[in-house]
Amino acid sequence: MDQMKNTVGKARAAFNSRKACSLEFRKQQLQALRRLLTENEDRIADALHKDLNKNKLDTQVFEIMGLEGEIALLLEKLTEWAAPRPVERNLLTLMDEVYIQPEPLGVVLIIGAWNYPFLISLQPLLGAIAAGNAVVLKPSEVSENSAALIKELIPKYLDKDLYQVVCGGVAETTELLKEKFDHIMYTGNSTVGKIVMEAAAKHLTPVTLELGGKSPCYIDKNVDIDTVCRRIAWGKFTNCGQTCIAPDYILCDKSIHEKVIERLKETIKEFYGEDPKKSPDYCRIISTHHFKRILSLLEGSKVAYGGQYDEASCYIAPTILTDVSPTSKVMKEEIFGPLLPILTVNNVDEAIQFINQRDKPLALYAFCHDKKVLKKIVAETSSGGVTANDTMIHFTISTLPFGGVGNSGMGAYHGKFSFDTFSHHRACLIKSLKMETVNKVRYPPGSPEKVKWIKRLITKQVNFGKLGLVFIGLLGALLAVLMKNGRMQLRRNMFLLICAVQNLSRK
Amino acid sequence: MSSTKEVAARLREAFNSGKTRTAEFRLKQLKAMLNLMKENEGALLEALKKDLRKPNFESIISEVLFTKNEIVCAINNLTEWMKPEYVEKTLVTKLDTCFIKKEPFGVALIIGPWNYPIQLVLTPFIGAVAAGNCAILKPSEVSPNSSQLLSELLPKYLDKDCFAVVCGGVKETTELLEEKFDYIFFTGGTHVGKIIMTAAAKHLTPVSLELGGKNPCYVDKSCDINNTAHRIAWARFLNMGQTCIAPDYVLCTKAVREELVPALINCLEEFYGKNPQESEDLGRIINEKHFNRLKALLSSGKVAVGGQTDEKDKYIAPTVLVDVKETDPVMQEEIFGPILPIVDVENIDEAIAFMNRHEKPLALYVYSADNKVVKDVLERTSSGGFCSNDCIMQMTLFFLAFWRSWR
Repeated sequence: MDQMKNTVGKARAAFNSRKACSLEFRKQQLQALRRLLTENEDRIADALHKDLNKNKLDTQVFEIMGLEGEIALLLEKLTEWAAPRPVERNLLTLMDEVYIQPEPLGVVLIIGAWNYPFLISLQPLLGAIAAGNAVVLKPSEVSENSAALIKELIPKYLDKDLYQVVCGGVAETTELLKEKFDHIMYTGNSTVGKIVMEAAAKHLTPVTLELGGKSPCYIDKNVDIDTVCRRIAWGKFTNCGQTCIAPDYILCDKSIHEKVIERLKETIKEFYGEDPKKSPDYCRIISTHHFKRILSLLEGSKVAYGGQYDEASCYIAPTILTDVSPTSKVMKEEIFGPLLPILTVNNVDEAIQFINQRDKPLALYAFCHDKKVLKKIVAETSSGGVTANDTMIHFTISTLPFGGVGNSGMGAYHGKFSFDTFSHHRACLIKSLKMETVNKVRYPPGSPEKVKWIKRLITKQVNFGKLGLVFIGLLGALLAVLMKNGRMQLRRNMFLLICAVQNLSRK
Repeated sequence: MSSTKEVAARLREAFNSGKTRTAEFRLKQLKAMLNLMKENEGALLEALKKDLRKPNFESIISEVLFTKNEIVCAINNLTEWMKPEYVEKTLVTKLDTCFIKKEPFGVALIIGPWNYPIQLVLTPFIGAVAAGNCAILKPSEVSPNSSQLLSELLPKYLDKDCFAVVCGGVKETTELLEEKFDYIFFTGGTHVGKIIMTAAAKHLTPVSLELGGKNPCYVDKSCDINNTAHRIAWARFLNMGQTCIAPDYVLCTKAVREELVPALINCLEEFYGKNPQESEDLGRIINEKHFNRLKALLSSGKVAVGGQTDEKDKYIAPTVLVDVKETDPVMQEEIFGPILPIVDVENIDEAIAFMNRHEKPLALYVYSADNKVVKDVLERTSSGGFCSNDCIMQMTLFFLAFWRSWR
């Protein structure tokens, strides 16, 4: 479609105009986004209520606050993060400037998801803006009210050329993916993730894929079951289970199985009352399609609690499943809904084995008092992230990279990781045309003498003494001072001395 | 001989056993790699001579020494690199422990190129080993002597269950790519890069693609023309021009060109003598296909020096072309050979516009004594790496992330 070509073309022309290069400009855009959130809080809450039956408090806590925190962090740190990052030099480049310069990539495509439609579309957008890119944002058509609101508001607050919003479904996304981008960030499921990466491969576009998986939740026997069940129920039933890092299933020690079920039942009542359908704190399933999908997962397992549903309102009650077979339907795909299967294991090794037989998940949870056991679980499994003794909280720490591994995704973002994801890290070496004497050793014609000199200059030694390095550094600094004072002969001698010291301090 | 499926399965089983997790195991493998390099230098040099007629002078430095340094860097820093990275906490998590843990991906596939057939396949391999992965190495079939040697030596020094070498061409690589890997590292051309990434997408395998491009080299009037000529000539004709970060073409004004060309001609004689074909310090083109490809590019512009070819010897003389237009054949593809076109520009703005009209290169070079000029070019262009007043040297710095543009 020409429309997609035009949209991307506009963003690219705006990027090439270099207006997003200035840090001041980027900060203004971030501040404008902050105003978008504060001035439209009610409308955002309303859209989320229509899409997911999300209440105002949940909107604040799960959608808005995270974004505001991220904007504040980016405004505070942008100058520092965008600055050249000096790195360690070798002997040959001791007098030169050596650093990594973060640069914008160009035009970034961000494809959002429907479960946290504002958070998941706008958080990557913040990072892309901070890194100086132009952006084409494609919010999920499944959360249609949120998508429409994003499309309306973004051009009112942000630069209309640099940041474009495209709405639509599969057809529009397919057309969009034919265009060349400089980075694509996709949040969603692994089937579409593969399609996105394959499309990106045609243009050699790097991708960040935030996918999903079955996030396991292990409960050891010696835990405070009350607290554990509260934390798990919160993580599981928030947003009606439609959270990529929700605990998907429980693996608990056989001895506490009954207690866990009991406490979970009580916690659900505590949170949502006897009839969660009436609770203003309980969301709905996003669509009939997902409603039917989730219900079909009940097959073959026993409903220990919940199981009620209402198609007209896409309501499924918080449900606990027992007698769950590892090969049952509910254990074959990411649930992404309010069904909590509980399987039992005899010990932590069995739990680890179970987890490792499956695809690497986006999150892994373990509840245990014994730090040694926790360390063992972390050491012997793999996942995008881990929270021990709680659920989901690692998501809130912006100094931790948020992302998946294996089937749960590639790349990461949040905080500085967003900035770095949407930047190219350019390796820069700024030399002068002086010191040509040193360079002569590398030019042909070759000779054994030249090889000896080059080896002296650049050979690394195993376990090189740190004191020796300090000494060489001081000699190098002295040499630099002597150069400034223009003492040619002394300069040459100092240089030879440095090489000799390095030679002598070899193991 | 095991099939690729069997090899991949064996490595996966070894990885799942957890044996690569410990620092002790990884250090043992890295030290074994170092011994491999030390004890087989002669054989490595011999293989490189057979594949590329690479002069020992070049092989020792750009292949052996560079690889050894990479291993030593990994050995010296492994413990530090493996440590968890503790991060700043939020108010709510002040009493908790928050850290980033580095973990191996699993089984990595490393596909190497033919131009530096030892260094460019072993450097990523060393990284994979240090990070605790198992790895399959697929060296290039275009440099068969080096690949054969690696396939003989690696199993003698490294754990056979965790590391394997698979030799072969397109067919074997296609088979390998059908298996699921946890990371794929590829060095080579953009066309194959796309094929690799498409195959990786089927398994959601993250990739690192070290590709190429046309690396521009802007020469300003304010530079020491003699030093400039030496550095450019060295970088261009090293390995017979078959270096991914060699300066691909020069942009300069006519006035600078008039000084640069004689300086380059003097350099070439200094480096390779009156008849470069007799010099022991010049390699050869890898094969007939590339020889023919490069020979065809000689018709662009005008030959200022060089231009001689010898098909039997796979020799092309170090050549400087002038009066080259943007539309000439030599400007349509990465040269990867001993040909240096000089394109005239009026000024620095034209040079920058020229560079920005083309795909982002792997490296970008500027020669100028004026810092403002250097910063100007740096800020208004994009490339994998950047070096002012020299070429290639940015690659010798281990702590500079050798990030590349994706094209």
